[in-house]
Amino acid sequence: MAIKTEPIVVNIGPQHPSTHGVFRMRVTLDGETITDAEMVIGYLHRSMEKLAEERTWTQNIPFTDRMDYLAAMTGNMAYCIAVERLAGIEVPERAQYLRVIFAELQRIASHAMANGTFINDCGAWQTPLFYMFREREKILDLFEMTCGARLTLNYMRIGGVAFDIPDEFMPALQALVDELPDRIDEYDQLLLDNEILLMRSRDIGKISAEDAMNASLSGPMLRGSGVAWDVRKGDPYSIYDRFDFEIPVGHNGDCFDRFIVRMAEVRQSLSIIKQAMVDIPPGKHCAEVPLNFRPPEGEVYSRIESPKGELGYYLVSDGGPFPYRFHVRSPSLINLSALREMVIGQSVADAIVTLGSIDINVGEVDR
Amino acid sequence: MLSNWYDFRDLGNPVSRLIEGLEDAGVSDGWIYVITGLLGAIGILTFIGIAAVINIWIERRVIGRVQIRRGPNRVGPFGLLQPIADAIKLIQKEALQPKVADGFVFTLAPIVIFVPAILAFAVLPWGEQMVLADLNVGVLFILALGSTTTIMIFMAGYASNNKYALLGSMRVIAMLISYELPGVLALLGVVLFAGTMSLSGIVGFQDFYWSWLIFFQPLALLIFLLGSTAELNRTPADIAEAESEIVAGFHIEYSGMKFGLFYAVELVNAIAVSAVIATLFLGGWWTFGLENVIPGWILFIGKIYAVYFIFIWFRGTLPRFRIDQLMAFAWKFLLPLAIVNALLVAVEVFVWTEYDLNAGVVLPIFGVVNFALAGVLIVAFGRMIGAAYERYPKQPMMYRDIDVPLPEPAPA
Repeated sequence: MAIKTEPIVVNIGPQHPSTHGVFRMRVTLDGETITDAEMVIGYLHRSMEKLAEERTWTQNIPFTDRMDYLAAMTGNMAYCIAVERLAGIEVPERAQYLRVIFAELQRIASHAMANGTFINDCGAWQTPLFYMFREREKILDLFEMTCGARLTLNYMRIGGVAFDIPDEFMPALQALVDELPDRIDEYDQLLLDNEILLMRSRDIGKISAEDAMNASLSGPMLRGSGVAWDVRKGDPYSIYDRFDFEIPVGHNGDCFDRFIVRMAEVRQSLSIIKQAMVDIPPGKHCAEVPLNFRPPEGEVYSRIESPKGELGYYLVSDGGPFPYRFHVRSPSLINLSALREMVIGQSVADAIVTLGSIDINVGEVDR
Repeated sequence: MLSNWYDFRDLGNPVSRLIEGLEDAGVSDGWIYVITGLLGAIGILTFIGIAAVINIWIERRVIGRVQIRRGPNRVGPFGLLQPIADAIKLIQKEALQPKVADGFVFTLAPIVIFVPAILAFAVLPWGEQMVLADLNVGVLFILALGSTTTIMIFMAGYASNNKYALLGSMRVIAMLISYELPGVLALLGVVLFAGTMSLSGIVGFQDFYWSWLIFFQPLALLIFLLGSTAELNRTPADIAEAESEIVAGFHIEYSGMKFGLFYAVELVNAIAVSAVIATLFLGGWWTFGLENVIPGWILFIGKIYAVYFIFIWFRGTLPRFRIDQLMAFAWKFLLPLAIVNALLVAVEVFVWTEYDLNAGVVLPIFGVVNFALAGVLIVAFGRMIGAAYERYPKQPMMYRDIDVPLPEPAPA
């Protein structure tokens, strides 16, 4: 007896615990296997790129916080560096070091969140998330100590940073830097030999190096696929050429590779912070920039390595107080574009894990 | 052994006294049967009611500790009144029902799902005489009850007419049917060893030979424990609910007290399975003579919660299997081990009875042999199954320099 079967269409999201915000995935299922997937974005669209054209260059900094709200520092940094390149502003040495320290702290915090939610998507009922939150919390404490905010920081300014660090910052940072490597070793022991985690993430959501490059992926997604590319090395910005660090590169391009690449990047970030702590010079923390300054006419595309990948700002100035064009190349959106190819043929459970391993932030996808 | 009626170490004593009194008063046997049954049922239902409420608190506190947070601590002392607050909240909520749902089955499912969970307690011995129905096929009865839960979950998932619920119930059926087999075969080892299917009989066996069955059946315990996580829908086998995938699976459409019933039955089921494990492997109420000092039923409850703690620990620690991996785990790992275990026990029991050996000599030997074999089998078999992932490196390659050519700088 032939049983009549037909595919069912399931909406994963926009209200779903594992879509990291309001992202929707319309999947066609044959049993539990995904035969087709359609990504629907735009639920968090706030029209930031257009709004930015109505605000002064300095007033736009808070927007950059709210795009990738889990990595506000790097958002600030990318925008400020772009504007500085456009206007030819020299940033004081101390400000450069502070920017690097905070950007790397933000990378650790963002990767902690990414790995925590990734294992959560594997079904570990929130335990790893809470442990990663513990580490992230300490970094947020450092942010709060410096600029008073924890999430949407608005810390960097065109020409430097808003405030110098308080006296108690360096001892607290030292304590964190001393403590974190042991913690990461502990997580490595707990997670890397966990057979269930390996089963769930090995050979899942694979993307080859060639496909990853063709899809213009960046960050841990690209490095997980075996391409040694990091904007900090390949197109150094700020003072990253002064630091000695390594780029972790995965083997197969599966979810587990992205996970271990992020773990290894946390270690490298710590190493950068340690070097910056030694070298940081005294001096001014911000160049003198008028609040409503007008950069000369021109355009610039400037990119940095944000925790999620290559975060680029394309800015056009018509010589006025507002940007003429404010465009963001957000890594979340472009990394997400590869999801369809990665999930077709997998089961629903794998699709969720794959989505978790991309580490999207819907605030940055939709902007 | 009939002690004084006021000997509460075994609550069977006052009941026996009551039966004597009723017989003296000329009450017919039928009525005595009904009255004692009701008494037992009231006792068990009281325990289940209290346990279901307390378990919410215990589970959330323990999970909180696992997750380096405190758990509920606001409502009442140590947050003890939290379950009551939760229940009040759930009762106040509107019990929504989707228009497309099959109303009758949709309402029936959360109610009937309680039946097997409660029935399982009927055959559990709480003391030497403290057993409501001493079935001589108690183990079979409990296994049969475990499988009926499948139908209720499928009722809930199918009647909801929701795709997530359908996926969830589909998974449940596939999973529970697969996990019945290793569970049954694991308990077959216990039954063979003890030579009886009556739960009182198995406790009596452990009492008689002065040893818990965990010392002779470690493999069976492990298989049954892992199989139970699937039956209970708990991590690593909570694919039926799979919060991060299909949100809540079969009970996604339930709200208010209907959801509360599913939530409660999950806890009652956990207690029932813990009780079965405590009875079969940890001696039930019998605890090396300690039951003469502390009432056996209190020791039994202590053992139940010790096993329950392991389930909570699993839940707090392990990620979830994918459905095909879960199936593979049942069919490729647990089932062969269970068969090997049953064969081993059969040989041991045959040798023991056929040659009429002294129990004091053979039982320690069996214990050592079974433990050693369990360790060897699990490690060797586990390596065989899990070896596929060993060849993958677990650390990324580290590059100090990159050789990707830079794009041409844009003309200024």
